[in-house]
Amino acid sequence: MMPSFSDPFEALFSLQRALDAHLASDWMGARTTAMGSYPPINIFQKGDDFVAVIELPGVDKADLQLEAKENTIRVSGRKAIDYGDGASMHRRERVSGVFDRTISVPIEIDPDGIQAEYRDGVLALFIPRAESQKPRTIKIK
Amino acid sequence: MANEHELQVQQKREVDKKPESTTPARRYLPVTDIFETQDALKVILEMPGVDKDGIEVRVENDVLTIDGQVDFSKYQGLSPVYTEYNVGNYARSFQLSSEIDQDRISADLQDGVITLVLPKAEKAKPRRIKVG
Repeated sequence: MMPSFSDPFEALFSLQRALDAHLASDWMGARTTAMGSYPPINIFQKGDDFVAVIELPGVDKADLQLEAKENTIRVSGRKAIDYGDGASMHRRERVSGVFDRTISVPIEIDPDGIQAEYRDGVLALFIPRAESQKPRTIKIK
Repeated sequence: MANEHELQVQQKREVDKKPESTTPARRYLPVTDIFETQDALKVILEMPGVDKDGIEVRVENDVLTIDGQVDFSKYQGLSPVYTEYNVGNYARSFQLSSEIDQDRISADLQDGVITLVLPKAEKAKPRRIKVG
Protein backbone atom coordinates (compact mmCIF):
# COMPACT_ATOMS: atom_id res chain seq x y z
CA MET A 1 0.00 0.00 0.00
CA MET A 2 1.67 3.16 -1.18
CA PRO A 3 1.40 6.16 1.13
CA SER A 4 0.19 9.09 -0.90
CA PHE A 5 2.53 12.02 -1.19
CA SER A 6 0.18 14.29 -3.05
CA ASP A 7 0.06 16.94 -0.31
CA PRO A 8 3.64 17.95 0.52
CA PHE A 9 2.70 19.13 4.03
CA GLU A 10 1.09 15.81 4.81
CA ALA A 11 3.81 13.78 3.13
CA LEU A 12 6.03 13.34 6.14
CA PHE A 13 3.14 12.58 8.46
CA SER A 14 1.78 10.02 5.97
CA LEU A 15 5.16 8.33 5.93
CA GLN A 16 5.24 8.27 9.74
CA ARG A 17 1.76 6.76 9.91
CA ALA A 18 2.68 4.15 7.29
CA LEU A 19 5.77 3.23 9.30
CA ASP A 20 3.62 2.89 12.44
CA ALA A 21 1.12 0.72 10.61
CA HIS A 22 3.82 -1.80 9.76
CA LEU A 23 5.51 -1.83 13.17
CA ALA A 24 6.51 -5.43 13.90
CA SER A 25 4.28 -6.61 11.08
CA ASP A 26 4.21 -10.32 10.40
CA TRP A 27 5.86 -9.97 7.01
CA MET A 28 8.80 -12.01 8.26
CA GLY A 29 6.46 -14.90 8.92
CA ALA A 30 7.40 -17.87 11.06
CA ARG A 31 11.14 -17.39 10.86
CA THR A 32 13.69 -17.56 13.60
CA THR A 33 14.48 -13.85 13.34
CA ALA A 34 12.40 -11.18 15.07
CA MET A 35 12.72 -7.68 16.42
CA GLY A 36 14.39 -6.48 19.59
CA SER A 37 17.97 -6.78 18.55
CA TYR A 38 20.23 -3.86 17.67
CA PRO A 39 20.21 -2.27 15.09
CA PRO A 40 16.54 -1.59 14.34
CA ILE A 41 15.68 -2.28 10.69
CA ASN A 42 12.94 -1.01 8.41
CA ILE A 43 12.15 -2.94 5.25
CA PHE A 44 10.45 -1.38 2.24
CA GLN A 45 9.25 -2.69 -1.06
CA LYS A 46 10.28 -0.86 -4.21
CA GLY A 47 8.65 -2.39 -7.24
CA ASP A 48 9.72 -6.04 -7.23
CA ASP A 49 12.75 -5.44 -5.06
CA PHE A 50 13.33 -4.54 -1.44
CA VAL A 51 15.19 -1.85 0.44
CA ALA A 52 16.31 -2.24 4.06
CA VAL A 53 17.09 0.96 5.94
CA ILE A 54 19.07 0.66 9.16
CA GLU A 55 20.03 3.47 11.55
CA LEU A 56 23.57 3.26 12.89
CA PRO A 57 24.51 6.74 14.11
CA GLY A 58 28.13 7.08 15.09
CA VAL A 59 29.24 3.79 13.56
CA ASP A 60 32.31 4.15 11.38
CA LYS A 61 32.11 2.43 8.01
CA ALA A 62 35.32 0.62 8.90
CA ASP A 63 33.58 -0.89 11.94
CA LEU A 64 30.65 -2.23 9.92
CA GLN A 65 30.44 -5.66 8.26
CA LEU A 66 27.74 -7.02 5.98
CA GLU A 67 27.26 -10.57 4.81
CA ALA A 68 24.55 -12.17 2.72
CA LYS A 69 23.75 -15.74 1.83
CA GLU A 70 20.64 -17.34 0.37
CA ASN A 71 17.94 -15.25 1.99
CA THR A 72 19.69 -14.08 5.15
CA ILE A 73 21.55 -10.86 5.73
CA ARG A 74 23.95 -10.31 8.58
CA VAL A 75 24.89 -6.85 9.90
CA SER A 76 27.62 -6.68 12.51
CA GLY A 77 30.10 -4.24 13.95
CA ARG A 78 30.74 -1.92 16.81
CA LYS A 79 29.70 1.52 17.85
CA ALA A 80 32.45 3.29 19.75
CA ILE A 81 32.18 6.35 21.94
CA ASP A 82 35.23 8.20 23.16
CA TYR A 83 34.86 11.10 25.55
CA GLY A 84 38.52 11.90 25.90
CA ASP A 85 40.28 12.64 29.15
CA GLY A 86 39.04 14.97 31.83
CA ALA A 87 35.42 14.84 30.82
CA SER A 88 32.82 15.32 33.51
CA MET A 89 29.40 14.07 32.48
CA HIS A 90 26.27 16.21 32.70
CA ARG A 91 24.05 13.87 30.71
CA ARG A 92 24.58 10.39 29.33
CA GLU A 93 22.07 8.89 26.90
CA ARG A 94 24.15 7.42 24.11
CA VAL A 95 25.11 3.77 24.21
CA SER A 96 28.09 2.04 22.74
CA GLY A 97 28.96 -1.56 22.22
CA VAL A 98 28.97 -4.35 19.68
CA PHE A 99 26.17 -5.71 17.55
CA ASP A 100 25.67 -8.71 15.34
CA ARG A 101 22.24 -9.23 13.86
CA THR A 102 20.93 -11.62 11.23
CA ILE A 103 17.62 -11.22 9.47
CA SER A 104 16.06 -13.73 7.15
CA VAL A 105 13.65 -12.43 4.59
CA PRO A 106 10.65 -14.47 3.43
CA ILE A 107 11.35 -13.98 -0.26
CA GLU A 108 13.97 -15.39 -2.59
CA ILE A 109 16.64 -12.77 -3.11
CA ASP A 110 19.74 -12.48 -5.23
CA PRO A 111 22.53 -12.10 -2.64
CA ASP A 112 25.11 -11.25 -5.28
CA GLY A 113 23.03 -8.30 -6.39
CA ILE A 114 22.75 -6.63 -2.98
CA GLN A 115 24.09 -3.08 -2.90
CA ALA A 116 24.85 -1.19 0.26
CA GLU A 117 25.12 2.54 0.80
CA TYR A 118 26.11 4.10 4.11
CA ARG A 119 25.71 7.80 4.72
CA ASP A 120 25.15 10.02 7.76
CA GLY A 121 24.64 7.06 10.05
CA VAL A 122 22.03 5.40 7.83
CA LEU A 123 22.73 2.14 6.00
CA ALA A 124 20.53 1.41 2.99
CA LEU A 125 20.57 -2.05 1.44
CA PHE A 126 19.11 -2.56 -2.01
CA ILE A 127 17.98 -6.16 -2.13
CA PRO A 128 16.95 -7.44 -5.54
CA ARG A 129 14.41 -10.21 -5.77
CA ALA A 130 15.73 -13.39 -7.37
CA GLU A 131 15.08 -13.46 -11.09
CA SER A 132 13.27 -16.76 -10.81
CA GLN A 133 10.75 -15.16 -8.45
CA LYS A 134 9.84 -12.18 -10.58
CA PRO A 135 6.40 -12.48 -12.10
CA ARG A 136 6.39 -13.03 -15.83
CA THR A 137 3.53 -11.77 -17.90
CA ILE A 138 1.73 -14.43 -19.83
CA LYS A 139 0.38 -13.63 -23.24
CA ILE A 140 -3.15 -14.73 -23.90
CA LYS A 141 -3.62 -15.89 -27.44
CA MET B 1 34.13 -9.00 21.80
CA ALA B 2 34.74 -10.15 25.37
CA ASN B 3 35.07 -6.72 26.96
CA GLU B 4 32.45 -4.86 25.01
CA HIS B 5 28.83 -5.34 25.81
CA GLU B 6 26.08 -5.92 23.32
CA LEU B 7 24.09 -2.94 22.16
CA GLN B 8 20.45 -2.60 23.11
CA VAL B 9 17.86 -0.86 20.96
CA GLN B 10 16.91 2.62 22.15
CA GLN B 11 13.38 3.59 21.14
CA LYS B 12 12.99 7.13 19.88
CA ARG B 13 11.32 9.60 22.19
CA GLU B 14 9.04 12.27 20.87
CA VAL B 15 9.61 15.92 21.64
CA ASP B 16 7.33 16.63 24.63
CA LYS B 17 6.95 20.33 25.12
CA LYS B 18 6.10 21.12 21.56
CA PRO B 19 5.78 24.63 20.28
CA GLU B 20 3.06 24.61 17.64
CA SER B 21 4.47 23.74 14.27
CA THR B 22 3.04 24.42 10.86
CA THR B 23 3.28 20.82 9.62
CA PRO B 24 1.59 17.82 11.29
CA ALA B 25 4.64 15.59 11.58
CA ARG B 26 6.16 14.03 14.70
CA ARG B 27 9.55 15.21 15.86
CA TYR B 28 11.99 13.21 17.87
CA LEU B 29 14.54 13.96 20.54
CA PRO B 30 18.07 13.15 19.43
CA VAL B 31 19.91 10.98 21.95
CA THR B 32 22.38 13.30 23.63
CA ASP B 33 25.51 13.23 25.76
CA ILE B 34 26.67 16.39 27.46
CA PHE B 35 29.95 16.66 29.23
CA GLU B 36 32.25 19.34 30.48
CA THR B 37 35.98 19.70 30.16
CA GLN B 38 38.28 22.34 31.56
CA ASP B 39 37.68 24.75 28.70
CA ALA B 40 34.42 23.84 27.10
CA LEU B 41 31.03 22.22 27.24
CA LYS B 42 30.56 19.46 24.68
CA VAL B 43 27.15 18.42 23.43
CA ILE B 44 26.95 15.30 21.27
CA LEU B 45 23.67 14.43 19.53
CA GLU B 46 22.77 11.43 17.42
CA MET B 47 20.72 12.40 14.38
CA PRO B 48 20.96 9.64 11.78
CA GLY B 49 19.94 10.75 8.31
CA VAL B 50 20.80 14.40 8.89
CA ASP B 51 23.57 15.93 6.79
CA LYS B 52 25.23 19.28 7.30
CA ASP B 53 22.65 21.12 5.24
CA GLY B 54 19.94 19.89 7.55
CA ILE B 55 21.37 21.13 10.83
CA GLU B 56 20.61 24.40 12.57
CA VAL B 57 22.22 25.34 15.88
CA ARG B 58 21.44 28.53 17.78
CA VAL B 59 21.92 30.01 21.23
CA GLU B 60 19.41 32.59 22.46
CA ASN B 61 19.04 33.78 26.05
CA ASP B 62 21.30 30.97 27.29
CA VAL B 63 19.16 28.34 25.58
CA LEU B 64 20.93 26.13 23.07
CA THR B 65 18.60 24.82 20.36
CA ILE B 66 19.49 22.18 17.79
CA ASP B 67 17.21 21.33 14.85
CA GLY B 68 17.98 18.51 12.43
CA GLN B 69 16.10 17.94 9.19
CA VAL B 70 16.12 14.56 7.50
CA ASP B 71 15.93 14.27 3.74
CA PHE B 72 12.74 12.27 3.19
CA SER B 73 12.82 12.38 -0.58
CA LYS B 74 14.71 9.11 -0.57
CA TYR B 75 11.58 7.41 0.81
CA GLN B 76 9.62 8.28 -2.34
CA GLY B 77 8.55 5.15 -4.14
CA LEU B 78 9.25 2.99 -1.09
CA SER B 79 6.36 1.18 0.53
CA PRO B 80 6.92 -0.16 4.08
CA VAL B 81 6.44 -3.90 4.68
CA TYR B 82 8.10 -4.33 8.06
CA THR B 83 9.22 -1.62 10.43
CA GLU B 84 10.89 -1.38 13.81
CA TYR B 85 11.46 2.34 14.15
CA ASN B 86 9.92 5.55 12.95
CA VAL B 87 11.61 8.55 11.34
CA GLY B 88 11.19 12.25 11.74
CA ASN B 89 13.04 15.50 12.12
CA TYR B 90 14.95 16.11 15.33
CA ALA B 91 14.74 18.97 17.79
CA ARG B 92 16.12 19.54 21.25
CA SER B 93 16.93 22.50 23.51
CA PHE B 94 19.10 22.86 26.57
CA GLN B 95 19.44 25.57 29.15
CA LEU B 96 23.15 26.36 29.33
CA SER B 97 24.65 26.26 32.78
CA SER B 98 27.88 28.12 32.21
CA GLU B 99 28.60 31.30 30.36
CA ILE B 100 29.48 30.29 26.84
CA ASP B 101 31.54 32.29 24.41
CA GLN B 102 28.88 32.19 21.72
CA ASP B 103 31.09 33.45 18.94
CA ARG B 104 33.38 30.48 19.24
CA ILE B 105 30.84 27.66 19.15
CA SER B 106 31.94 25.00 16.68
CA ALA B 107 30.15 21.97 15.27
CA ASP B 108 31.36 18.79 13.65
CA LEU B 109 29.13 16.26 11.92
CA GLN B 110 30.19 12.66 11.30
CA ASP B 111 28.03 9.60 10.53
CA GLY B 112 24.87 11.27 11.75
CA VAL B 113 26.45 12.40 15.03
CA ILE B 114 26.92 16.09 15.66
CA THR B 115 29.49 17.26 18.20
CA LEU B 116 29.10 20.81 19.45
CA VAL B 117 31.95 22.44 21.29
CA LEU B 118 30.84 25.40 23.37
CA PRO B 119 33.93 27.10 24.75
CA LYS B 120 33.49 28.58 28.18
CA ALA B 121 33.88 32.31 28.55
CA GLU B 122 36.93 33.22 30.61
CA LYS B 123 35.00 34.13 33.72
CA ALA B 124 33.14 30.84 33.66
CA LYS B 125 36.22 28.69 33.91
CA PRO B 126 36.29 26.80 37.18
CA ARG B 127 38.38 28.19 39.96
CA ARG B 128 39.83 25.70 42.30
CA ILE B 129 38.53 26.11 45.82
CA LYS B 130 41.16 25.64 48.46
CA VAL B 131 40.17 23.38 51.29
CA GLY B 132 41.68 24.82 54.46
